[in-house]
Parts: sequence; structure tokens; C-alpha cells
Amino acid sequence: MIQLFNYIERVSPIHRLTGASKLACMLCWVLAAMITFDTRYLILLTVCAILLFGVSKIRVRDVKVILIFSLVFLFMNNALIYLFSPEHGVGIYGSKTVLLHLAGRYSVTEQQLLYHANVVLKYTATIPVVILFISTTQPSEFAASLNKIGVSYKVSYSVSLALRYIPDVLDEFHAISLAQQARGVELSGKESLIKRLKGATAILMPLILSSMERIEVVSNAMELRCFGKEPKRTWYRERKFTALDYGTIILGFVLIGISIALQFVNGGRYWNPF
Amino acid sequence: MKKFSVKTIVAIGIGAALFFVLSSYVAIPTPAPNLKISVHYPVVAVMAMLFGPVAGCLMSLIGHFLSDLASGWGVWWSWIAGSAFFGLVMGFLGYKLKLAKGEFGVKGAVIFNVVQIIAHLIAWGAIAPALDIWIYDEPAEKLFLQGVTGSVGNILSTAIVGTILCFAYASTRAKKGSLKAEK
Repeated sequence: MIQLFNYIERVSPIHRLTGASKLACMLCWVLAAMITFDTRYLILLTVCAILLFGVSKIRVRDVKVILIFSLVFLFMNNALIYLFSPEHGVGIYGSKTVLLHLAGRYSVTEQQLLYHANVVLKYTATIPVVILFISTTQPSEFAASLNKIGVSYKVSYSVSLALRYIPDVLDEFHAISLAQQARGVELSGKESLIKRLKGATAILMPLILSSMERIEVVSNAMELRCFGKEPKRTWYRERKFTALDYGTIILGFVLIGISIALQFVNGGRYWNPF
Repeated sequence: MKKFSVKTIVAIGIGAALFFVLSSYVAIPTPAPNLKISVHYPVVAVMAMLFGPVAGCLMSLIGHFLSDLASGWGVWWSWIAGSAFFGLVMGFLGYKLKLAKGEFGVKGAVIFNVVQIIAHLIAWGAIAPALDIWIYDEPAEKLFLQGVTGSVGNILSTAIVGTILCFAYASTRAKKGSLKAEK
């Protein structure tokens, strides 16, 4: 069985929070960081996110792989932005202060640096929170949380089914893939792209057929147990809200509120120091 | 809610699991960040056609959300919306092309490909970049490159893999009117 979501068991206040309040707070946090381009607020969010990491007792080495991955991704994205639009910040802030001229249209300007800082901060403000959410919430509590924050229980149950069957589908995929490779299907770089894609269908077709069968079996079993007859359902992993949970949800809404308020204070999404 | 049958719910769940597995473990990377040629769209297309637009939309939405959540690059709502749109469109196409009844000929393949190309172009060339511009205010040229590479990769894989899958699936089903009374 693979470790799908990196849940790490620790004793901390964040682990004790219910999944629903964490989910609500995470979604609000991400939304708040999406709305604003105020560098100061993004720095504050980043600092808070890193502090929360400390509170949760999740250590950096626990999430090293995922962190390296996001850093590489962050770097590539920024490099690409600069490559395509080295004067993007100049256009946004409406002024140009050249620090260093490189070549052609490429130069280092204060405005561009601030814009890149914004993009980087948008990641650093949200990624720790997302990692924190998945490493402190049990996957089985996730569906119950979705239901609690207002998603219909049928859709929540679909999410729960997805989480339940991801390892099974993965196992099945590996089995079929090995069987087809034994029969001569080549998927690595040795083959041309078209041949590889054709080879993929030799694996995908049995996978689809077995998934169809699985859908049939599972839905029959659920139907026999009268799934969906009642307007509500209970969840094994559901827990009662505590004061801390209400605090977490309120924090989420406050963060969004600040984001929206800053729109009016700054007269736009950007904070312009120039 | 008659349309939201137990089967649809299970199909959404298993479809999302398929999306997750295929997008996270089976991919051919491209030079642009956040993008890889992947085989989950053809599979989602087939599943969406079999189970309808609601299932198609939700299975790609949940599958994409979970794989983003597990991947570590953060949750990219813009691309999730693109996936959901693609699933939705292919689900509506399922009303026209009745795969489950074994009807998929050359005409079906042409319709399938025209629709999937348009759906991919709108999803990655319009919906995802528009949301990215709103959220991250990234330069339009960069997003256009990402959109084009994304569309080309996805269109290619859906055209080749998806068409073959449709033919193969349709041939496993008994055609309507394939039985004849013996005289």
C-alpha cells in the first residue's frame, strides 16, 4: 500500500483541530493569497504559515521531497515569466528604475523584482498551508470535512471513494502494465512518441474495463445498503467542533476580509511603493 | 434527484481515482512548467461519455484537485477549472455518441475529435489562462505558451489514445439490433 497523502501522526494543536475547520481555513487562506498582490500582506501570510509549521511539529525533513519539488517548480515558473516578459513589473507599477542592464530588452528593474517577489510570495504564502493541511489531516476525515463545510454528502462520498480506490487502481495499473510489457509493449523513451501513446492504450483499455466492473460491483453493494435514500448521513471520522475550531474558521474569514479591505486601501490589487 | 444515481456517485469516485493515478504516475514531461503530456484526458473522455456531464465534470474536478493537493505545487484552481470544463463537454458528447450501445464508427470518431479539440482549446487556451491572469497576473505570452503546449499535448493524446479507446470499448458492447430472429 502506498503512502498517498503524507499524513504524519504527531501530537499538536493543529492535529487536534477537526478536518473541516482546517479545510475551511486552508481554502480561505489560499483565496486570500489569490486575491491580493500586496507585498506586505503576502509577507505576513508567509511568516504566519511558517510559524504554523512550527506549531504543528511537522519537521522540514518530513516534507523534504514535496518542498524541493515546489521550489524547483517555483524557480522554473519565475524564469519563464522573466524570459517572456522582462518588463512586466514596469507595466504594472507604471515606473522604471533600472538597476542593471543585461542585454537587449533584458534588464533588472526594481519593479520587475518586486513583481517576482509577489509571485514567489504567493507560493510561499500558500504552499506551506496546503502541505500542512495534508500532513495533519487523516485522508478518511477529508470526506467528512467536505460534507461539514457544505458540500453535498453524495459528492463527499465520491471523494471518499476516490481516496479509497486510488491505491487499488494504482496496483491494477502496475499489474496490467507489467503484463503488457511482458508481451512486448514498450513505454520508455526508446520508442517514438506515437508508438508510446499506442502502447499506452494497450494498458488503458483493460484498466477502463476493470474500472467499469468495479463501478458495477461497488454501486450494487451501495444500492443494496440503501445508499442515498436519506437526506443526511453520519461519518465515522466526524468530530465535534471545539472553540479552537471556531477560532480557526474565523481566522480564515478575517484573512479574506483583510485581502478585500486592502483592495480598497491600495486602490487596486497591487501595493505600489514607487 | 433522479440524475444523481448511486452509479453516478461511484463512477465519479472511481473516475477521479483513475484521473489521479494516470496523471500522477503516468506522464511524459514537456519543457514548459506545470505541464506534461498525459494519458488521463483520453480516459476521462471515455468515462465522461459513458456516465454523463455531471459525472464527467466532477470526476475531473475531484481527480485534479486531489492530484494537485498531493503533488506539492499547490492547488491550481485555474487548471482544475479547465479539467472540469473538459469533462463536462465530453459528458455532453456522450448524449450524442452512444458508446455504451456499441455505436462508434468513422463518423463518431470525427465528431469525437472535433469536439475534443475544441474543448481542449477552450479549456487550456481560454479558461485556464484567464483565471491565471486574474490570480497571478502572469504575462499573457507565457500563459499562451503553456496553454498551447498543454492543448497540443492533450489534443494529441486524446486524439490517438482516446479514439482507439472509443473504438475498442464500443466493440466490446453488443450493438443495438445486432440480434436477428431466426426464421
